[in-house]
Formats: sequence, C-alpha cells, structure tokens
Amino acid sequence: MSDLKSIPLQSFYEQKGARFVDFAGWNMPVQFTSIIKEHEAVRKRVGLFDVSHMGEIIVTGEGSIDYLNYLLTNDFTNLAPGNSKYTMMCYEDGGVVDDLIVYALEPHKYLLCVNASNCDKDFAWMQQHATNFEVDLSNVSEDYALLALQGPMAAEFLLPLQQSTLDDLGRFAHIETELAGVEVILSRTGYTGEDGFEIYIPANTAESVLNALDERAQELELEDFYCGLGCRDSLRLEAGYPLYGHEIDSEIDPIRAGLGWTVKLNKADDFRGKSSLSDLKTSYPRKVVHFYKIEDRRIARQGESVYQGDSVVGRVLSGTYSPITGGAIGSLILDDVSTTPEGLTVELRGKSLDLKITRPPLHLTK
Amino acid sequence: MSEIREELKYTQDHEWIAADGSIGTVGITDFAQESLGDVTFVELPEVGTTYNKGDAFGVVESVKAASDLYMPVSGTISEVNSSLESAPESLNTDPYGEGWLVKIEMSEPGQAEELLSPNAYKGLI
Repeated sequence: MSDLKSIPLQSFYEQKGARFVDFAGWNMPVQFTSIIKEHEAVRKRVGLFDVSHMGEIIVTGEGSIDYLNYLLTNDFTNLAPGNSKYTMMCYEDGGVVDDLIVYALEPHKYLLCVNASNCDKDFAWMQQHATNFEVDLSNVSEDYALLALQGPMAAEFLLPLQQSTLDDLGRFAHIETELAGVEVILSRTGYTGEDGFEIYIPANTAESVLNALDERAQELELEDFYCGLGCRDSLRLEAGYPLYGHEIDSEIDPIRAGLGWTVKLNKADDFRGKSSLSDLKTSYPRKVVHFYKIEDRRIARQGESVYQGDSVVGRVLSGTYSPITGGAIGSLILDDVSTTPEGLTVELRGKSLDLKITRPPLHLTK
Repeated sequence: MSEIREELKYTQDHEWIAADGSIGTVGITDFAQESLGDVTFVELPEVGTTYNKGDAFGVVESVKAASDLYMPVSGTISEVNSSLESAPESLNTDPYGEGWLVKIEMSEPGQAEELLSPNAYKGLI
C-alpha cells in the first residue's frame, strides 16, 4: 500500500465512505455507496468523480502545432485557444500508445490529458519525438487535481458557483474561470455520455473547490453525489467510449477500433503511424470492434471467446452490467474483417448467449 | 462492520446455514456481499439436485467478478429462492433474509454443527 500514490483529496473521500482500489499505482475511490446507484445518479441527476490520477502534460513553444501534428493522429492546425480535441497517439505500426485530449490553452501552449496507466510511457515517447521541434514538455500530473462533474443537472449545479452562464461553453470547449475563489480550467468534457464538466484545479487549492461543490450538493439534496471508478467504467461502456487496454491498445489500432475519425490521413504533414494507418484503412473498410447488449444478466468478461456457429471468430474486450438496460453489455473484436457481425454468441458456464450488436449509446437504444 | 448473526453457522467461503431439523437454509454472509459489491446475477441449481459438502452449487455475479457458491453441507436441494432472478440486489440489502439462496434436505444434519460458530467466523473476517 505504501507505494501507492494518493490523490490530493483522499481524506475527504475517506470521510464520505469511499472504498479504495489500486488503479494504475494510485489509491482511487472505486465506490461510495453502490456502483449501480452511482451510475443511476449520473444518468438521472449529477455525480462527481475524482480523476486526479489522470496525467497532464504541458507542451509549449513556437513549434507546438507542428509537433502535435507529427506526434498525434488528429489535426491541430486550427485548434483555437478555448477548444480541445480527442486524438490517438500511435506507434509506427498503427498500434495505440495512448488516447488523449489536447486542450489549446493559449497560442503555443497546450495541455494534454492522458491515461494514468500510460503517463510515464507517454511522456518518454513524447520526449523521444521532440528533438526536431521547438517545444518544451513538462509532466505536471502531480500539480493538478481533476474533478469530473457529470450528469444532466451538471450545468444547473455549477451556475451559481462561477461567473459564466455556461451557454456558450459547448462540448469540448473550455474556459479559465474562478470557482470558489480558485482559478480553474473548466472544460465541457467527460467520459459518461452525459452533459458535464471536467475541472482542472491546482492541487494545493483543490479542497476549497471540493468543499464548495459539497455544499452545493447538500443544498440540492443530491443522493449518491460522490461516484467512484466502478460506475465510471459502466457509464463509459454504455456510452461506447473506448478504454485503453480494452478497445484500443498497442495491438488494436484506431482504424479497426472504429475510431478512424480521429486519424486525419489528409493533414498536410507526415505523422507517426501514418503509413501503417493508411494501409489499415484499405485492409479494413469497416471496423471490427463492436458494442453489444445481452438480454441476460450474465456478464461476458474481457478475453471470453466470441462464436459464430461453432467457430471462434473473436473475443470480448470489455463487459459489465448495465443498470439502465438491466442486462449485460460489452464490446468485442472480430479476428477477420470479412466476418459479418451477426449471429454472434458467447458461452458462459455452459449457456449460450446472443450478442446483439448495437450502435452506442447502449442505454438509449432498444 | 459486517453483521454476524448469532443463530447461524458459517463456512470459510462466507456462506451461512440455518438448520431447522433436517432442512438447512443457505445464503452468503454480510461480509461476502460487501466484498462482492453490487450483485447483478445469481445462478441457482434445480430443485432435486444432490450435492456433497464443498461442491460448487451456483454462481453469484457482481459488477466486479463471478464467484462460485459452495455447499456447507451434503444433501438435496428442496427449494431455491427464485425471486433472486429478478431481484439479485436482495443479496446486498438483506443477505440473511430475502437474500437467502437455497434450502437443502441435509443427508448428514450433523455436518451443520461442525461448521464455524459466529465467534470463529468473526475471527476469520
């Protein structure tokens, strides 16, 4: 336990009854009351996640745009300050180093939010590719606390706590604003499929922001306001968002994963993985990662074989229980692009279950 | 702190049994349900199935994982709690009551007496 890193606000969550788990070397709240109740709170009202384990890397310098365009698959040429983009960082063979969000803070200054489990690897990879560019990189992960306020009531919740009307703050936009007397980056992003905000807070002042949010939650008499990583996973899977190590990784490239929209093969400059990703786009005219529902409560978990008739044609990448559909949900990958994603089954403890391929969001479709 | 009931006997695998004559009612303990987290599915045997003590007789599945259920005693299943099919969350909310799993006609009722006492189980968790 002593080797685990603590998030800045750990003692606050201990008082709120959090159960903790080791996640990517961090001691993180996994649930407060119940994964299912917390999940429902985010779909129906609003919930707060602490995701301070996420990595933050700052890129500055005249060469920032050229560097990001070389390093990453999306196109950052016209990303104006106040906006952000989701992107992949790929190896030369098209496999994924990490998926991340790039925030344009000001001209020549960008904040990259990366997965906790990949942060050190990412930073090393980024440094290795920075030599020919006029950029400075700094890993500022431990300087920031990151809170995610998610759910249909998120905007209403935040209105009285800061100056903005939030009307102009569109999806993937962000502002620097004062929240509870603290300068924060307020971003309209999230990982739940609901409206919501992610709040980047200097770690040493995070407690006053959290206290203000806590007071507001009490004022609104919100139940199950505090949410752990447990329901973060079931929410993202319903929404159909990829998780590194499941739907994407060094072996599963963005083309096969159905994330080709983050790969801009037509951008002006060369970029890492371009040639392989271009070839993959030709060999994979359609994606081979799909999301599914099961009309049964049995969960098919990562690694489970996927059958078509008697043949194994793929494997499960993620699986959980959806409190909204009342059944199991998940994602899978087909080994062969020629396999039609129909008539797929899994065998769980001697029982064959149909995988109903569904376009996410899984919680909003019949 | 997990609840342990005085009138029950316990196994190292965190099942409990309440013996009434030759019939035993079996469930999982409060400690077990807390460790599992939200229970989403329970797979139970058919009435009439016979088990030896220690046999896996079902599966309880939570968001986190699927775990086998083990028979605390030998015998034949006489009743299963079919309400768990639609309300598996009873295992979380009432593990010693509405969350009971099966009733078993014990072939060796003496086996129940040999299981862990509440105090011994308390020492285990």
